[in-house]
Amino acid sequence: MTELVKLGGDLASHYNQWITVFLMVSGLYIVIARGNMVKKLVGLSLFQTSVYLLYLSAGKILGGTAPIIDPAFTVYSHPLPHVLILTAIVVGVATLAVGLALVVRINEAYGTIEEDDIFEQDDNRP
Amino acid sequence: MLTLIAVTTIGIVRVRNLFAVAVLTSIYSFLMASVMLVLDAVDVALTEASVGAGIGTVLLLGTLYLTKTEEARPVHSVALPLFVAVGTAAILIWGVSATPPFGAADSPVQLAGPDYIQRSIAETGIANVVSSVLASYRGFDTLGETVVIFTAGIAILMLLKRAAPPGAGGKD
Repeated sequence: MTELVKLGGDLASHYNQWITVFLMVSGLYIVIARGNMVKKLVGLSLFQTSVYLLYLSAGKILGGTAPIIDPAFTVYSHPLPHVLILTAIVVGVATLAVGLALVVRINEAYGTIEEDDIFEQDDNRP
Repeated sequence: MLTLIAVTTIGIVRVRNLFAVAVLTSIYSFLMASVMLVLDAVDVALTEASVGAGIGTVLLLGTLYLTKTEEARPVHSVALPLFVAVGTAAILIWGVSATPPFGAADSPVQLAGPDYIQRSIAETGIANVVSSVLASYRGFDTLGETVVIFTAGIAILMLLKRAAPPGAGGKD
C-alpha cells in the first residue's frame, strides 16, 4: 500500500517526464513498426517534440514567470532551455522538410512510399 | 493538457489515413504550444505554433499531395517493435524517477538561471532574456542554425528540381 502511495506521488511530481517518455516511445514505435515513410517521419518528429517537453519541464519553476525582466516579478524560469529548444524546433522542421523531399523523390523513382514494396522492387531488379 | 497530448499521440499511432495523421499532428503541435505557454516558454510556444503546427503541416500536406494518402496494412508482427518500445519506456521511467520533482527552484538545472537574468540588462540592454541569450551569448549557435536552414533549402531544391517538369529535358 505504501508503495502504491509512493508511486502515486512519483507520478504527480514527475507527470511531465512520464508523458515525455510516453511520447518518445510512441515515436520510436512508429519508426520501427510502420513501413510508410511519411508515417516514419511523423514518428521522428513526435520523438523530437518529446525532447522539447523534457527540456522545458526542467527549466520551469513553480510560481515563476516567463524570463522577461519586469520590476513586478522576481522569480523567472530558466531562459537557457528555451533558447536551445527554439534552435531545435527550427532545425527539426528543416530536417523534416529534407526528409519529406526525399520521400517525394522516392515516390517518383519507385511509385510507392511503402518500405516493403521498395525492398521487393530492389530484390527483383536484375 | 498533457493527457490530451497523449490521447492525440495514440490517434497518430493508430490512424492509417495519412491525411488524418497530418491533421492530428497539427492538433498535437498546437497542444504542445499551449503546454509550452504554461511552462513559461512564451517564445518557444510562438515558434512551435507557427513553425511546428503551421509550416510542418503545410510540408506534410504538400508531400501527401505529391505521393499517396493511404498507408498499407502492416504485414510484420508488432511484437518486436512493441517489446523495444516498452523496454525503452521502462528504462526511461526508471531514469526520470531519479530527477528532481517538477518545478523545484533548487534543482541543479536552475543553478545558472539567475545569472543570465541578472546580467541580461546590464550587458545587452534587452529585457527579454531569451532574445539576449539567443542573439548575443549564443549568437554563433544561431548563425549555425541559419546555415542549417540554408543547407536544407539547397538540399530540397536539388532533390526536387530534376523531376519537376515532365517535359523539360528530365534525363533521370
